[in-house]
Amino acid sequence: MKNLGRWLILGLAFLTIPAKAALDIVITEGVDAARPIAVVPFVWQGSTPMPQQISDVVMSDLTRSGTFKPMDELGLPQRNLGSLAQMDLKAWSNVAAEAVVMGTVKPYGPDQYLVNFELIDLVKAQMQSGGPQSASDYLLDSRETVISGAQFRQYGHRISDIVYEKLTGIRGAFLTRIAYVVVDHKAKSPYKLMIADYDGYNEQMLLRSPEPLMSPAWSPDGRCLAYVSFENKKAEVFVQDIYTQQRTKVTSFPGINGAPSFSPDGKKLAITLSKDGQPEVYVVDIATKAIKRVTNHYAIDTEASWTPDGKALIFTSERGGRPQIYQVTLASGKVTRLTFEGEWNLGGSISPDGRSMVFVNRTNGKFNIARMDLETRFMQVLTTTRLDESPSIAPNGTMVIYGTTYQGQQVLAAVSMDGRFKARLPVGQGEVKSPAWSPFL
Amino acid sequence: MDLNKLFKAMVVALPIMAISACSSTSESQTDATSSMSGSESSEMNAGGGVETGGVAPILTPEEQQRIKYQELRKEHIIYFDFDRSSVSSDFSEVLNAHGEYLLEHPNVRVMIEGHADERGTPEYNIALGERRAKAVAKYLQSMGVLPSQMSIVSYGEEKPQDFSRTDDGFAKNRRAVLVY
Repeated sequence: MKNLGRWLILGLAFLTIPAKAALDIVITEGVDAARPIAVVPFVWQGSTPMPQQISDVVMSDLTRSGTFKPMDELGLPQRNLGSLAQMDLKAWSNVAAEAVVMGTVKPYGPDQYLVNFELIDLVKAQMQSGGPQSASDYLLDSRETVISGAQFRQYGHRISDIVYEKLTGIRGAFLTRIAYVVVDHKAKSPYKLMIADYDGYNEQMLLRSPEPLMSPAWSPDGRCLAYVSFENKKAEVFVQDIYTQQRTKVTSFPGINGAPSFSPDGKKLAITLSKDGQPEVYVVDIATKAIKRVTNHYAIDTEASWTPDGKALIFTSERGGRPQIYQVTLASGKVTRLTFEGEWNLGGSISPDGRSMVFVNRTNGKFNIARMDLETRFMQVLTTTRLDESPSIAPNGTMVIYGTTYQGQQVLAAVSMDGRFKARLPVGQGEVKSPAWSPFL
Repeated sequence: MDLNKLFKAMVVALPIMAISACSSTSESQTDATSSMSGSESSEMNAGGGVETGGVAPILTPEEQQRIKYQELRKEHIIYFDFDRSSVSSDFSEVLNAHGEYLLEHPNVRVMIEGHADERGTPEYNIALGERRAKAVAKYLQSMGVLPSQMSIVSYGEEKPQDFSRTDDGFAKNRRAVLVY
C-alpha cells in the first residue's frame, strides 16, 4: 500500500512536469550574435517570500527575442541592487553589457505589490564615470506600478516590452499570445485548439473535438479566433470569442470551407470555398455572412491573407502548374504572381510593415520557411528544420513561429526574420501544429 | 439469401485453401517439431481424431466475378502519387468492384474521404485531398454510379494513416478512402 502510494506520487509528478513546461523554448541557434545586457534580480522588500521573480520573466523574454543575451547572474558585479542610487559605477566599469535592468518589489496591501524598475544605459554611464554625472543622462526609463499577485508574469512582459523598445526602437511583442492545435491521436477526442502566452505559459484549451481542427487565425483586436472544425463530419468555418466562449458558424458550404484570415478591420474573413468546383478564394462579411468571390480559375486557389492596407490578398495558386504565391487587388481583381524561385512557394503572409512576405518554400524537395523582400524580390530561406509549414509573423515583425517536425513529432519552432536566431518549443503530449501569433494585446 | 450464405462460406474457404496450398511444406515441418516436443496443441487437437475433406463448388463465371468483386471491395483505400490526383490503373479493379456494387444497390451511399501526406501546407493539402476524392467520385460516376450516392470530404494531412514521416509513410497517407 505504501509502495502504491509512492508510485502514484511518482506517476503524478511525471504527469504534471511536462504539462507545466509544455512549451518551454529551447534556443538552437543564434545566441552568440545577441547583444549583452545585465538584468539584476529584482530586490524583494517584503518579510514573506516573494511570490515570483519578475526579472526571470524579463531575462527569458530578452533571451527569446534573439536580440539580447542577458548576463549570467553570477557575473554581475553587484546584486541586491534595486535602483540607480545604489549603483556602484566603478564596480560596473568593466562590465561588457550595453544596459542594466534593475528593480524592486514590495508588498502594498492585500494581494498588491508595488513594482519599480529602472533601465540604465551602461555604456553611457561607463563613459561618464570619473567626470561630473547627471543620472538623467543615462537613466533610459523608470516606472512605478501597483500589480496583483496574478500579474507578475504579465508585468514582466510589460517591462520587457519597454526595455526592448528603448534599446531597439522596435515595439516589443512579449505581451502577446499564440494559438495552436494539439493532436493526440491516442485520445478519444484527439483535436484541441489551445492558446498560451507567447512563451508557452498560461496554456488554455478553447475547444476539444473528436474531429480535426485547423487553421486558427486571430482577429485584429486579439479577441476572436477563426478556425476550421470538422465536428459535423465536414469542414466548417467558426469564429470564437476567446473570453465569452461564444461560437459563430460563419460558413458551411458543400466542399471545402477553409483557411480563414481576418481583414485588417476585423469585419471580413478571406476564406477558401470549393462549392462551385475548384477551391477558390472568397471574402465573407462576418456580420451579414454575404460572400464575394475573389478568384476564378480551374486550378487550386487557397490560403489567402491580407495586405496590411486591406486592399489586396495574397494567395497560393496552382495556375502556373505548381503552387506559387499570387496577389489579387480586391477592387480590380487584377492578379500578379509574386514568387518564381524554388519548386513550390505557398502559405504566404505579409509582415506588418508591408515590406516582406514569409511563406513555405520547397527547394530540392525540402520544405522550409522563407522570406522575400517585396521590393527587391530577394528571397532568403530562413530555416533548416524538416517539413516546415504554417508560418505566422509576430505583430512587431521580428520573429516567425511555425510548425515543423522534430524527432518524428510535430512541434512549433521560431526563427527571427533575418534567420539568425532559431528556437524550438518542445512538447509533452501529442503533435503541436498550426501556430498563429496574436496581434499586440 | 441461401446463395449469399454460400458466397460468404466460399469467401472464407477459398483463402484458407489458398494458404494451405502454398504453405503445405512449412506446415508439415511445424507438425513434425510439435509432435517431437509433444506440445499442447497436438493434445488439444486430439479430440475424436477425425479429419474432413471437401471440394470447391463449380461456379458460373458470374458467380466467380461476384466473389472476386466481393474480395476486392474489402480493399477500400486508393493510393496516389505525390502531388497527383489521377487514379492509377492499379486500382481500377478495386474501383470497378465498388462501382458494380453501388450500381446494383442504388440505395447504398458511400463517403469518399480524400487525404494528403504531410508535405506542403495543411490548407493546400485540404485542396489536394479534395481533388483525390473527386477523382475517385468521377471514376465511379463514369461507371454510372449516381452522384446522389456519393459524398466527399477532404481531411488533407489531418488524419494520417502512418506517422513515420518517411517516403513509405507519406505514400500510405496519400489516399482516398471509401466509407460505406
